[in-house]
Amino acid sequence: MFAYLVRRVLYAIPILIGVNLITFFLFFVVNTPDDMARMHLGMKRVTPEAIEKWKSERGYDRPLLYNSAAQGGDKLVDTIFFEKSVRLFVFDFGSSDSGRDISADIGNRMWASLAIALPQFLIGLLVYVSFAMLLAFFRGSYLDVSGVVLCVILMSISGLFYIIAGQYVFSKLLHLFPISGYEPGWLAWRFVMLPVVIGVFAGLGSSGRLYRTFFLEEINRDYVRTARAKGLPELRLMFRHVLKNAMVPILTGVVVVIPSLFMGSLIMESFFGIPGLGSYTIEAIQNQDFAIVRAMVFLGSVLYIAGLLLTDLSYTLVDPRIRLS
Amino acid sequence: MRQMVLLWTDALVFLLVAVVLLFAWYARNKEHLRAPWREVVRSRLAVSSLVVLAAYTVTGLLDSVHFRMALPEAQGQQEVQYSGEVLSLLDELLGPMRTQVEKTYSAPFATHLYTRETITGPDGAPQRVYPRLQYGGAHLEDIGDRNRDILLRSLNAVAQALLATALITLGFAVLLARRWKKPLRVALRAMLGGTSSVPWRTAVITIAVVALIIALLAALSPFYHVLGTDKVGQDVLYQTIKSIRTGLVIGTLTTLVMLPFAVFLGMMAGYFRGWVDDVIQYLYTTLNSIPGVLLIAAAVLMMEVYMSNHPELFETMAERADLRLLFLCLILGITSWTGLCRLLRGETLKLRELDYVEAADAFGVSRLTIMLRHLLPNLLHLVLIAVVLDFSALVLAEAVLSYVGVGVDPTTLSWGNMINRARLEMAREPMVWWSLLAAFTFMFTLVLAANLFSDAVRDAFDPRMRQQR
Amino acid sequence: MHARPSLLSQYRRSAGRLLAAWVVLMLGACSDQPWNSPYPPDQAGQNILYSSFEERPNHLDPAQSYSANEIVFTGQIYEPPLQYHFLRRPYALEPLVATGMPEPWYLDAGGRRLPDTAPEEGIAFSIYDIEIEPGIMYQPHPAFARNTDGELIYHSLQETDLADISALGDFAATGSRELVAEDFVYQIKRLAHPRLHSPIFGLMSEYIVGLADYADTLKQALQDELPRQGEPVYLNLHDYPMSGVEVVDRYHYRIRIRGKYMQFRYWLAMPFFAPVPWEADRFYTQPGMKERNITLDWYPVGTGPYMLTVNNPNRQMVLERNPNFHGERYPAGDDAADREAGYLEDSGKPLPMIDKVIYSLEKEAIPYWNKFLQGYYDTSGVSSDSFDQAIQIGSGGDISLTQELIDKGIKLNTAVATSIFYLGFNMLDPVIGGDSERARLLRQAISIAMDYDEFIAIFANGRGITAQGPLPPGIFGYQEGEAGINPYVYDWTPRGAERKSIEQARELLVQAGYPNGRDVQTGKPLVLYFDTTASGPDDSARLNWMRKQLQKLDIQLQIRATDYNRFQDKMRKGTAQLFQWGWNADYPDPENFLFLLYGRNGKVEHNGENAANYSNAEYDALFERMKNMPDGPARQEVIDRMVEILRFDAPWVFGFHPKQFVLYHDWYKNAKPNLMANNTLKYRRIDPQLRETKRHAWNQPVVWPLGLIAALLVLAVIPAVVGYRRHENRRVRTVEG
Repeated sequence: MFAYLVRRVLYAIPILIGVNLITFFLFFVVNTPDDMARMHLGMKRVTPEAIEKWKSERGYDRPLLYNSAAQGGDKLVDTIFFEKSVRLFVFDFGSSDSGRDISADIGNRMWASLAIALPQFLIGLLVYVSFAMLLAFFRGSYLDVSGVVLCVILMSISGLFYIIAGQYVFSKLLHLFPISGYEPGWLAWRFVMLPVVIGVFAGLGSSGRLYRTFFLEEINRDYVRTARAKGLPELRLMFRHVLKNAMVPILTGVVVVIPSLFMGSLIMESFFGIPGLGSYTIEAIQNQDFAIVRAMVFLGSVLYIAGLLLTDLSYTLVDPRIRLS
Repeated sequence: MRQMVLLWTDALVFLLVAVVLLFAWYARNKEHLRAPWREVVRSRLAVSSLVVLAAYTVTGLLDSVHFRMALPEAQGQQEVQYSGEVLSLLDELLGPMRTQVEKTYSAPFATHLYTRETITGPDGAPQRVYPRLQYGGAHLEDIGDRNRDILLRSLNAVAQALLATALITLGFAVLLARRWKKPLRVALRAMLGGTSSVPWRTAVITIAVVALIIALLAALSPFYHVLGTDKVGQDVLYQTIKSIRTGLVIGTLTTLVMLPFAVFLGMMAGYFRGWVDDVIQYLYTTLNSIPGVLLIAAAVLMMEVYMSNHPELFETMAERADLRLLFLCLILGITSWTGLCRLLRGETLKLRELDYVEAADAFGVSRLTIMLRHLLPNLLHLVLIAVVLDFSALVLAEAVLSYVGVGVDPTTLSWGNMINRARLEMAREPMVWWSLLAAFTFMFTLVLAANLFSDAVRDAFDPRMRQQR
Repeated sequence: MHARPSLLSQYRRSAGRLLAAWVVLMLGACSDQPWNSPYPPDQAGQNILYSSFEERPNHLDPAQSYSANEIVFTGQIYEPPLQYHFLRRPYALEPLVATGMPEPWYLDAGGRRLPDTAPEEGIAFSIYDIEIEPGIMYQPHPAFARNTDGELIYHSLQETDLADISALGDFAATGSRELVAEDFVYQIKRLAHPRLHSPIFGLMSEYIVGLADYADTLKQALQDELPRQGEPVYLNLHDYPMSGVEVVDRYHYRIRIRGKYMQFRYWLAMPFFAPVPWEADRFYTQPGMKERNITLDWYPVGTGPYMLTVNNPNRQMVLERNPNFHGERYPAGDDAADREAGYLEDSGKPLPMIDKVIYSLEKEAIPYWNKFLQGYYDTSGVSSDSFDQAIQIGSGGDISLTQELIDKGIKLNTAVATSIFYLGFNMLDPVIGGDSERARLLRQAISIAMDYDEFIAIFANGRGITAQGPLPPGIFGYQEGEAGINPYVYDWTPRGAERKSIEQARELLVQAGYPNGRDVQTGKPLVLYFDTTASGPDDSARLNWMRKQLQKLDIQLQIRATDYNRFQDKMRKGTAQLFQWGWNADYPDPENFLFLLYGRNGKVEHNGENAANYSNAEYDALFERMKNMPDGPARQEVIDRMVEILRFDAPWVFGFHPKQFVLYHDWYKNAKPNLMANNTLKYRRIDPQLRETKRHAWNQPVVWPLGLIAALLVLAVIPAVVGYRRHENRRVRTVEG
């Protein structure tokens, strides 16, 4: 088990190097350091000297990948790529191109992202499972049919529309929630509620329908039929046996996203003005802050790989026959 | 005088059509390929959505035939000069909708602008009034006649639609009768009575509805802005219809782009195993672990740089916008092939253990042949299911990407751009709701039809599902 | 069989408990303020002004900050020697921390003093003597903190001392000290600091004697100090004298300017020339500070009425009253209009009047507007999308608020901004630029076709006036009425200026050799390129409009949209063709607009602000003459000639001067707009009680739709449950039977 974990972690390293190379390539083909300097120095009255100064302060005055002017090993080491990438592996994100410490910002903004993503994940799971169970329980009835139709309809609506409509109705017309904004600590709940409700609702279509098939699959199994034939009441059957077994594919399917909850949601956060990591990323793209984008890509990849690891682990927990080797 | 213009996406769209037709021709006599499709068209929902999808597809194809009109000859001109504006067959069909541009917002069927304007009155004093539209309802002498006018034109359109439906139905009935070798009367009765195995009655009803909508729009749109106008006075209906092509292109071309990668890499990984498998797995895990939006954003920015450094490559704006669209498909393809690749790899791992594959291997059949002959056909159903499932997701993704600012070109008409603009309009007072409603309705119809259709396809093709029945 | 009811009721019970907890939570937290309030409950009724920032300010260091969103803060924190009078129009400077208005005296090249009336050619240097008020104290700040022995506590910090520090507020002790003339000199020296990138360094080094050399001195010093100190390097600027600035005595300093530069006094009213204490510089350049974002860019130190106490660019920034503020009183005035508007009610009262200002991050206009209507922001601009809701234009063309807003007690202020938005032609372009007759006619034709009157109507709801030349109203040299129209684009009629007809533009096009937009020689259609960074949802409408305008001349316009970097790059290389740009006045002097077309400011050649790369020898000569002339008929004459040259050459389509519309609630007082002053916050006042009452009245939650949805859901499920029970009972019966 332990050896397996070590191996998986080691396997992650080449992947992260690959990720780093790809983003590095993309970003430096797109934006030369000169462009970045000009962007950050502002619009009025920028001199070429100021740009050179800016670049040298941030280490962007070096060659990208290969420094022919340097000696020996420095040919590879004294480059932007080496300087900017190696430190990521010890999670030292350095400071953004505008001079802020990225790790501090991430630590700060992570909580806002979590405040939305975590309730949305948990409440969503609860709602979807309950909804799917309800449909499966009344399978074949008008409730099931209209529920599935509803699911397909909900699936076919763009996520943006839920947000636009939700914000309009609940905040603007009904005065139930603040339109946007955020407050740290316990006061956050008022700002979090609307995004969470909208987020949960937007996912109801696809998840509800998917989980319903899991339940139906389970209900059609032999042991359930046997139990039913023995006269076990349907409700008890549902909660005692079907629920337990249907949760297996549901849970193993969702663990992969758990680490990524830290990253937050790009769209939701920028619509509701929540200072999380999602809006952080969008702003960084817009401001072309290479350092932040690189850090976020790296973080996203690490979390994704962690999610894969969690998925593997959850399989073994659920089914002891699967051995990790 | 026209000069045909073949945009990149046009070429690929026609390539796709050719591939589909070829496959249909190939499958014509193969029972194992036809059977699932027969299953599909027995579902009422699937037939209904097929009709809707066909209507969308025809619109999209009409919009993919591009040309430039020649400019009127000027003095001293040596060769024919063409307008920089690229039009499509659809533009021709829509006719005046494209050119009937008002000044700014107007509501559906309105005769007046939605905003007031300062106008100097007859007595010289400025007045703040809602001015009459330049085109919408301009033929009316008395504005009070508007509803009557709309009603009359609508009734006319209903009659036309019914006639068209009747003709189409009759056409199908003739074909069916010939095929079944039965009299026309019997065929008609089977079709409309709901006794045929293929739900023809549903199809006819759907066709009638589609025909009715088309007829109504055709009858009313030259005289009114049926879905209103946008901020610069462009007809919203026109924009929505033109957006169909964008949605379809993104939904289909992306898949077309990614398929070769996904299929061959997935098969190779599963079949060869060993280091090939390792490399391919490494490749897709790496790509997969980069947050998709970031990858797309970076790539789209890169494309913009290229385009702004090489303006001479693009003679018209349409070409620029088109290349960006194509590139978006490409990059979406790169980010989305990994899922299918992994699925195919897993399936191939299972298949290669099967007797007949091992037998072929033992007989020394070349590996390429094994892959193409024995593995690929057995994977096709998975590919097909993935393609239809992806379609609706991609159409929806376009809207989100436009919001983030890395979607299609801002000058391209697309539902994403419309929804994005609509956010501002919703906050406006009084609210402008028709853009959002139009984009929402057209997009929703397409995605709903695609979802229903893909359900039927999955049910028919997924052997596991078939067993359960 | 017993399990069923118990399980169901258990489910029901726990759900009920959850619901109850929910309701309690809702009620508990909302009892004292509306549900949709975006602010914590304990702020209710306090003397707090609420505002927003769209993007975090990059620089709050007075040597570096230049953007409008930075001045909002620096203006309240730093006090330069001069300021603009809050009430007086036209804009006039008055002393702020200086004791009086500095009047320059002049020297010739030999250092002899010249009379004040000496001709400009003979003047080699201007000397500004500035004396400041004694007794002004800095805001409390740890950089000044001293222990009982009088030693500065936080000036030799080690990494270990900083272990628990993550923001400036974590330093326990603070101190203050008196403002001295030395601090002003220190800041002027900082403009040349190699580690700072002052946006005015280039401009100022042409004027302030020794500033350019001083940059080299410091660069050398930095190199010498680097091996000795390691990073970060602190340069004590006192050790490096600069020839053009000197401290005369404790409250008195002197600046030496090359030649005569009348506009210098305006710069003295900007935070660039505010004092920076050396202690702050020393404090912030200690190791470990920058890593914690504790820098002058994030935590400014000033003598102004407010100090920045919270700077969280992710969420909010807070200005609080500076307890050490030297005190200033609301100005007196005698203008009847001011009196009527209530701007004089507070005359003589001590400033500032608001305790605290909370700026929240608000990226988009829509939520801001909605929150303003709900009473959660105190002032707002008017976007074109909310225009019809807010503004109505009466039969006489008079502007007033709509009934909806009047009912809410909202008020409106308007002012024509001292800015211009224009469409520039790149004069280096072979088609559209240059001095040829053909290109000029083409530019004139386009100037007529670009119907900015329509643009203002569509995109700004009439909030703006079309520009007849580069100068906006309110700036000396602007001409009203017939004398002020651009005769190449407008005709003067009894109804006012009227744009020439499109036929006349087409006629010009024929003369230029492009009949019907086709080259007369080749018949090729004329295609022009518009370079823009626009890509937002609202921009495509604007771009379509542009195309429509040129279509009137049968000219095809192609849009080349790029990101901001590419755009800048194009402008610098001069590969753009048409572009849209704007300029916001730094100070109310025509020089600040006319220099935008001065040949020696060419973007490509001199990296200046003349983005059109326009160059005309006569214009340049006139500009140099006009620059230092005093306002008067002579100057007007020169300006008129310059504007005439521009109108004829048409390097810009003079677009429009936007009108600023500001809405404010009736609890917001002293709202007089002052477009030049950046430190107006101290004059404003709010009435928190009135605000509280109104917020409650406007934000009653509407709950019944929620109940309706819940009821519908229950109704949908009930028949199924009933059906299930019946079925189950029947099954039980059949099993039993």
